[in-house]
Amino acid sequence: MTRETAVNALLLAGLVAVPGWALWADEPFTITLATRAVIFALAAVGLNLALGLGGLVSLGHAVFFGIGGYAMGILAHHAQTYTPLMDGWMTIGGTKSMPVIWLVAVLTSALAALVIGVLSLRTSGVYFIMITLAFGQMFFFFAISWSAYGGEDGLSIYVRNGFPGLNTLVPIQFYGLCLAILLAVLWASARLARSPFGLALNAARQAPGRVQAVGLDPTRLRLAAFVLSGAITGLAGALFADLNRFVSPAMFSWQTSGEIMIFVILGGVARLWGPVMGAVVFVALEHLLGGISEYWHVALGLLLLVIVLFSRGGLLGLMAGEARGHD
Amino acid sequence: MSTILIIEQVLNGLQFGVMLFLMAAGLTLIFGVMGLINLAHGSLYMTGAFAAAVTAAATGSFLMGLAAALAAAALAGALVELLVIRRLHDKDHLDQVLATFALILIFSEGTRWLYGSFPLYLDIPAALSGPVTLPGGIQYPLYRLTLIGIGIGVALALWGLIARTRLGIRIRAGENDREMIAALGVDISRLYTLVFALGAALAGLAGALVGAIQSVQVGMGEPVLILAFVVIVIGGIGSIKGAFVGALLVGLTDTLGGIFLPELFKLVMEPARATSLGASLASMAIYVLMAAVLIWRPTGLYGARV
Repeated sequence: MTRETAVNALLLAGLVAVPGWALWADEPFTITLATRAVIFALAAVGLNLALGLGGLVSLGHAVFFGIGGYAMGILAHHAQTYTPLMDGWMTIGGTKSMPVIWLVAVLTSALAALVIGVLSLRTSGVYFIMITLAFGQMFFFFAISWSAYGGEDGLSIYVRNGFPGLNTLVPIQFYGLCLAILLAVLWASARLARSPFGLALNAARQAPGRVQAVGLDPTRLRLAAFVLSGAITGLAGALFADLNRFVSPAMFSWQTSGEIMIFVILGGVARLWGPVMGAVVFVALEHLLGGISEYWHVALGLLLLVIVLFSRGGLLGLMAGEARGHD
Repeated sequence: MSTILIIEQVLNGLQFGVMLFLMAAGLTLIFGVMGLINLAHGSLYMTGAFAAAVTAAATGSFLMGLAAALAAAALAGALVELLVIRRLHDKDHLDQVLATFALILIFSEGTRWLYGSFPLYLDIPAALSGPVTLPGGIQYPLYRLTLIGIGIGVALALWGLIARTRLGIRIRAGENDREMIAALGVDISRLYTLVFALGAALAGLAGALVGAIQSVQVGMGEPVLILAFVVIVIGGIGSIKGAFVGALLVGLTDTLGGIFLPELFKLVMEPARATSLGASLASMAIYVLMAAVLIWRPTGLYGARV
């Protein structure tokens, strides 16, 4: 077992143990905090697929996070107001069922990722960073002016959506559901990285010319990765909206894109558990430092600075004691 | 819609554009010469605005405030370069994004800690307040007209600096091949500090000048930063000329879009819907412009061809 595997196992054990500890220590709020960390981790795992494996530095992943959020918000809003979503040649109502909402969230964010990907992948490097940022801003301003769904104020959902066989209003059950999804996606992305597609994508990042020479199209590989990546982040957005029972244009803001990227870089780019580590540490710091001082952002900033200046490969790289570049 | 309104809006767009140019010029210089993405550029803009507001309130002189803004921003820039940026050169863009994001947190919260959450105000100097009458009987605020003049003046000075002076030759050489100019005996780390301080001073100047029109508050830098990025990406990263053209395009698109899009929609739909749809499309207009430019020319208008 390498040190990285050991750190990962510890992280997993911690995530599984958190609710038990919270109940034992009588600090139920910790479960909500951990749910937040797990959902952010899922969004970051999604981004890491594009960023780590594909080398696509997207500063616009809030688009997918927001689309997932609004998929939940819009469907649940129609369900709770008993108004049809669409009333033309056929009637489609809203829903309070999580599996349906997730499906819609994944499909719509994948579709958005396809369109944005086709247009953005014409550029590369810093231009790619900026064009993805531009798409994020377009969605942000669109959401602000979309008065049918709350505009700037967002949408509140009064009761958390349901999942067959679970009572999602109980924090520990909702946490378990989110953690199960995270683990399933981690497993799938580990499989994906070792699949022929993952290997080709990895190669397309390092040597696009050679990939092309063996008859594969690097742009198509990247597009596929971008779509998958967007879909996963969209699913996280739907869960996040359900956690807060609220969606607002803030989910589309560039700060959200920045934070998702920070999770990945902080934990360790291109490492399977890197995004999870980053999200968990970020949420924990936010909570701990926030309790100490009103001006905790200064401390957080200094800490991030120290990590980026003195470690290579993020926290996981630091702990695993092995540098791994992410060129 | 009258001609006077159109001319007024064009002037507003120009004013916004030249202020964006001050931000974008520093950003594009720093990227071109040092290869660095500096998300903290907006913090330097904020530093300039705060320095100007505090100094002007203490001394009663706008000019002193302006001088303080330039000095404070340049100093902050030089310090940031010496303490942090210097160590980022051999790291990739991702680490630069994370480190400069951390700097934003430190600057913003540090400023909030020093000056509190309430906005400060910077008054327009008495000599520049009030309107002037332009040919054709158009009344336009003198201060905004002065901003256009200052912006164009700085653009010309910057062009002169880069095209005509020894420092400019080194900056251009640094953009092309930093190993080579280091090998030729130019002190590259001093050049970097200088370029960073120059970029910071330009941002600080913009912050102070705009601070008199808007309020001076924590977080004022981030929206402008995003716009400045849009500008340099449209113009082509590293190109001062591109930054100038891009800034004017963005300034005009944003200002004119907000006025004309709702009017345009009123031709085909009811006024209330036209106003809201037009306003929302107008706020997206510059991003649509940027995406369109990049799809058409993936490295911007004046960027290096790849």
